[in-house]
Amino acid sequence: MKSYIKKCVSVFRIKFLYGLQYRIAALAGVACQFAWGFMEILLYKAFYEADAAAFPMEFSQITSYIWLQQAFFRALAVWFFDQDVFDMISSGSLAYELTRPIGLYDFWFMKNMAMRTSQALLRSIPVLIVASLLPYPWGLSLPASPLAFIMAVLSMALAILVTTAIVMMVYIISIHTISPYGIKALIAALGELFTGAVIPLPFFPGGLQRIAELLPFGSGQNVPLRIYSGNIAGSALVQAVGLQLFWLVFLVIAGKLCLKKSMRRVCVQGG
Amino acid sequence: MIELEHIEKTYKVARRSGGFAEAVKALFSREYEYIHALNDVSFRVDDGEIVGYIGPNGAGKSSTIKVMSGILTPDSGICRINGIVPWENRKRHAKQIGVVFGQRSQLWWDVPVIDSFELIRDIYEIEPEQYKANLDELTELFDIAGIIRTPARQLSLGQRMRCEIAASLLHSPRVLFLDEPTIGLDAVSKLAVRGFMKKLNRERKTTIILTTHDMQDIEAMAERVILIGKGRILYNGSFDKLKSQCAGYDGVDPNASTEELVAKLYGELDI
Repeated sequence: MKSYIKKCVSVFRIKFLYGLQYRIAALAGVACQFAWGFMEILLYKAFYEADAAAFPMEFSQITSYIWLQQAFFRALAVWFFDQDVFDMISSGSLAYELTRPIGLYDFWFMKNMAMRTSQALLRSIPVLIVASLLPYPWGLSLPASPLAFIMAVLSMALAILVTTAIVMMVYIISIHTISPYGIKALIAALGELFTGAVIPLPFFPGGLQRIAELLPFGSGQNVPLRIYSGNIAGSALVQAVGLQLFWLVFLVIAGKLCLKKSMRRVCVQGG
Repeated sequence: MIELEHIEKTYKVARRSGGFAEAVKALFSREYEYIHALNDVSFRVDDGEIVGYIGPNGAGKSSTIKVMSGILTPDSGICRINGIVPWENRKRHAKQIGVVFGQRSQLWWDVPVIDSFELIRDIYEIEPEQYKANLDELTELFDIAGIIRTPARQLSLGQRMRCEIAASLLHSPRVLFLDEPTIGLDAVSKLAVRGFMKKLNRERKTTIILTTHDMQDIEAMAERVILIGKGRILYNGSFDKLKSQCAGYDGVDPNASTEELVAKLYGELDI
């Protein structure tokens, strides 16, 4: 266990160093997050003024949702893949990964977690600071309660894990198809919609919202961002976090089994 | 000790003739061809030997290396390296071998080489004292002290290859597989790599199995060669004896170079 944590820290370290290597990209990313955040908020404001009663969330809940989403964008976006993994699969450098004394699933999972958290760490700080300085209801409001805050942090960790487990499935499928483009596009499109990245899930029509919440995508950013502002609370909160746990365990076990199966028939091409 | 007995491996490859009509036909029914990559491959290598593994392109050299390094599971046959079956006990096996693929890279592209080394240290769970001792020894042996602080992408191929080989030796493997380690290197770097390998073999008693198309690599380093053609082992013995055998073929120029002799041999054996 101890050496396992050490490996995780080491992978995190090198991915974090990678992030630092590209400073301009990080700055540009932050600027993009601000622009996108403001644009979305203005859009929702227009709808809200048209008919506040038809809104499934408070306006301040929406702004908090959007700012948290923009701050932790790199950690929570489903379509944020590790290009290195795809390159390895198509070029055959995967061969090196297979000669390491660490399971391929664990190693890739660590790499992706490290990439997401390290990049989000760098980018979230300016967004969080500016968003919390904005006047009510435009900015990031305080959490609904101390408990909501604690649960949001816990659920955020689970959301990043679930999202990574979904992305792992994309890599595993790519080992079979070799070209990752099809499956990437499919998961990115479905993921964007059903994680609540385009519009929060409460804005979906009733039945569809229920289905979206039950899908693995629904256990991503949807849960922590709504817990924070109190949109999910009480028994619904327990259910939502429980479902996150279920999907995490399910996806990891399924991913490991699929990978094991494909490794038995893998052949590294060329050379 | 490395033991291979009756290793068999067959690949299934989709085939079709050129042209649009054939491509459309292949959408519905595909023709497969079975390629017998390894056919009853058996040999033994003792501790501390340097063995050259030669044969034309597509003969099965890389497949054999992949079987021995645990990447590829053969269809049948026995392979034991110091008593461990590579594909059954992947993690324990990984710690006792080092692998260098001349055509692929294991260094992290954008960060200094030393960061990749430190990740390898943690992945292989190398003790700090041992790591330091190995790092000092390898930086001196490979003359890379001045370049390990440079990002891998800014190194020349010769510099990078020295770092790649050093990276594969940090965990003091007992067996080293080199798959075309001198490919693309200039004369100086080639000579350097050959020198390092011989020194390593002398000082650490590391067993080395080397595949290459460069016969001077073989002449400089290997005491014994194994010749493979069309998946079968055709010769196993000293290189000088093989050369004198070639010189005996009809119509061989007595002043023929090693390259010409080997080309003649491949022609005579029809491989």
